[in-house]
Amino acid sequence: MAPVLELRGITKSFPGVLANDHIDLMVEKGEIHALLGENGAGKTTLMNILYGLYNPDEGEIFVNGQKLEIKSPVDAIKAGIGMVHQHFMLVPVFTVTENVMLGEEYVKYGDVLDRKKAADKIHEISNTYKLEIDPDAYVSDIPVGMQQRVEIIKLLFREADILIMDEPTAVLTPQEVEELFKIIHTMIDQGKSIIFITHKLGEVMEIADQITVIRGGKVVGSTTPHESSLNDLASMMVGRDVNLEVDKTESKPGEVVLEVKDLKVLDPQGHVAIDNMSFNVHSGEVLGIAGVQGNGQTELVRALTGLLPAIDGEIYLLGKEISKNSPRKITELGSAHIPEDRQKDGLVLAFPITDNLVLNTYYLEPFSKSIWLDQKKILQNGKELVENFDIRTPSPTTSAGSLSGGNQQKVIVAREFSRPIKFLVASQPTRGLDVGSIEYIHKRLIQKRDDGCAVLLVSTELDEVMQLSDRIAVVYRGRILDVLDANTATKELIGLLMAGIIPTEEEKQKLGSKQKQIRLT
Amino acid sequence: MDKSENTQKKPLSVFWDEFSRSNILVIILAVFTGIVLGGVLVAFTTNEVYDAFRVSFWNGLGTAIRTAWNTYVSLFTGSVGDPQRISRAFESGDPLAIRRAINPFFESLVQSTPYIFGGLAVALGFRAGLFNIGVEGQIFIGAATGVWAGYALTGLPAFIHIPVAMLFGALGGAIWGFVPGLLKAKTGAHEVIVTIMMNYIAFRLVDWLLKFPMKDPTEFTPKTPWILSTAQLPRFFDTPIRFHLGFFIAVLMAVLVYLLLFKTTWGFELRTVGSNPNAARYAGIKITMATVVAMTLSGALAGMAGANEVLGVNYRLLPAFSSGYGFDSIALALLGKTHPLGVILSSLLFGFLRNGARSMQLAVGVPIDIVSILQAVILAFIAAPAIIRTIYRLREPKHKEDLVTLGSWKG
Repeated sequence: MAPVLELRGITKSFPGVLANDHIDLMVEKGEIHALLGENGAGKTTLMNILYGLYNPDEGEIFVNGQKLEIKSPVDAIKAGIGMVHQHFMLVPVFTVTENVMLGEEYVKYGDVLDRKKAADKIHEISNTYKLEIDPDAYVSDIPVGMQQRVEIIKLLFREADILIMDEPTAVLTPQEVEELFKIIHTMIDQGKSIIFITHKLGEVMEIADQITVIRGGKVVGSTTPHESSLNDLASMMVGRDVNLEVDKTESKPGEVVLEVKDLKVLDPQGHVAIDNMSFNVHSGEVLGIAGVQGNGQTELVRALTGLLPAIDGEIYLLGKEISKNSPRKITELGSAHIPEDRQKDGLVLAFPITDNLVLNTYYLEPFSKSIWLDQKKILQNGKELVENFDIRTPSPTTSAGSLSGGNQQKVIVAREFSRPIKFLVASQPTRGLDVGSIEYIHKRLIQKRDDGCAVLLVSTELDEVMQLSDRIAVVYRGRILDVLDANTATKELIGLLMAGIIPTEEEKQKLGSKQKQIRLT
Repeated sequence: MDKSENTQKKPLSVFWDEFSRSNILVIILAVFTGIVLGGVLVAFTTNEVYDAFRVSFWNGLGTAIRTAWNTYVSLFTGSVGDPQRISRAFESGDPLAIRRAINPFFESLVQSTPYIFGGLAVALGFRAGLFNIGVEGQIFIGAATGVWAGYALTGLPAFIHIPVAMLFGALGGAIWGFVPGLLKAKTGAHEVIVTIMMNYIAFRLVDWLLKFPMKDPTEFTPKTPWILSTAQLPRFFDTPIRFHLGFFIAVLMAVLVYLLLFKTTWGFELRTVGSNPNAARYAGIKITMATVVAMTLSGALAGMAGANEVLGVNYRLLPAFSSGYGFDSIALALLGKTHPLGVILSSLLFGFLRNGARSMQLAVGVPIDIVSILQAVILAFIAAPAIIRTIYRLREPKHKEDLVTLGSWKG
């Protein structure tokens, strides 16, 4: 039987860039085919060609052995190809049914929308694939994971057989990822084929049947999870040997830099987000905060950096009480902050890199004298940091918005690390980054620790917390359930705590004795 | 990567690449397209063109082009001057004739002056993420306070009286900008709503002032007394040329606004707050402070526009003296990409168009409204650059166009 999809020699060039260079790809029916590659490797271009958004310069596309010309998404949908974009294409004020119908409306009495018929079909699809979607819910009211399912329903509604999913896990929480994987397996059982685009190695190993690795617009290899390992895949993807393990020596904790006492913080809705939390961070150590997203991590970080007022309790930074201080005062004490949402909080995207690099020091010497900015010094500083922190940009005056995610994060790291700092809050420092950038940021964090900085690492990626931390505090509903030594903590134990279960001493012993397993993402 | 690719190309093609992606070309083409469309509109609203089309198609087309051409010629002579008349005047050597011949140009500058002040006011607000719709009201208040200082403060020499009167104008506008700024900072009240309401208060307040406390008792209709000669902004030529010092004050303010926005730490703070208030908070910038300061300064600039009119042109305050300068300012600040230099250029464009429109109406009978339509069309193209890019097949910009981002609109 012919493969359900075959691409032969697809080539596409943009001015100055060969995005796809004679790419061959074969997808069998009922297969989860992972397309793995760094950001900018050409994955998305290839899929946009397949979906008819771009026309290839060369190459042929076969669907079920039939050669097809796909000139527009309409052709692609006709051929049974559907795409879930990384950024959802949904109308928030419409219901699920209305969104799904959009472009393929059911009508009755000539021209009246038949929402009932469409809703029934959505219901049927939802049952078949265990999607648990309410057709009458408004898209703006449902969580991101559900919104993604609406995108999937849109494709199933149009009877797509080949589903392209572009970085589907980028916006999901770990739980939602798990649910998505279940849904993907159900779809495979129903005879669909899936192309799964990603740069996350762990996911590929977990879900793929076939793996095609793309680098620099070329296919550099095809393999399966059984024949390959994380390190092999990483090296293939990046094009050099990558060390996924974080090299670090034993920590040498010094004096207490940050002391949090009975802290209580409300979230913007007025609910208690941090509930009587107390902990210390010492110089020269990384304290990791593990926990499922939404258990108070965001509020904790905002309270520590002066962005959210504490309603009770104290925060001491280097012995000074800072819970009532402004963000600037806290920064001036020697605190640095890598915010969880780099585009929202960390950068002014419209500003050049140089200005972003002085975002919290612009008013100090040497970047300004009295009220006058010293543009020369700011530019010089920008050039140096771009060089030292390996920020890939055509020029230091390029706007931050035109950089890739990894390079945007490097701008923030460069800004925060170029000041003399004694305390660092790193919140989700590698979210959405490619392997190369993750490796880089991890190295820098450990380097800062070794310089004697106290580091508070907040991450929902358990693997990251386990790799980098010296001690791990597990938060659940705004409380720290336990603080564990990273050397002896196991994934199982942390997992229990993350779910809010405090194990007995006996269980702890049992879990602790198991060999430490670290799975990488 | 981009860099190395680019250096291999010919410099000229690189230049064209960059240029065709930039906003400036879009603006130039938008103005050009607006003028072409305006010409079409003029032709279609002229009866003679229809008559000519009845004769033959080519006749009609010829008449249409001629009509549009004549309209723009009279727009040009009305706003810049008639070259023949100017050269004749210089040949005759009669000073009055020369002044009359070159007057259109200077009158256009006079028209542009309040636009510069108003445009700077809007631009400054935009940069700080604030949409100051209240420029019109601030102009009225600034005119009232300015004119009061002009006639009520006596015994001052000109070199003190003029700056004091201008300052009073700025102060009046500043108060009118400060209130919405403070309300926004303290209560989150949206500045668009508040400034619109402040406009109505300003209009009615000035009406009342003109009827009662500030009314010239010797006049029958509501007018203020004439300002003292020491408060008059000096004019550089004799009648009929009204070109006065205000224009240069406006340009000076543009320079100051430029320095403030781009060369000082305060400007850095304002722009950061305007572009990304979250990042501003993260960086330790006081957003409330920046909001209040920006609205106050914006109001002060608008107030100077009002003072400029009473001190430089009218010498007294009359009801409804501003014909929508404040609202045009919003448009031209956008046209000028909220950059002080852009504001000056677009103010000149608006000033010349407005001034030329009058003589256009007199000379060829085209209604003055055609200029409003022209402005509207140009602005529509600026606001929707995709249209211009499609018409002229320009490249997409490399990254998203940084149109003014208004934080307050998002919520």
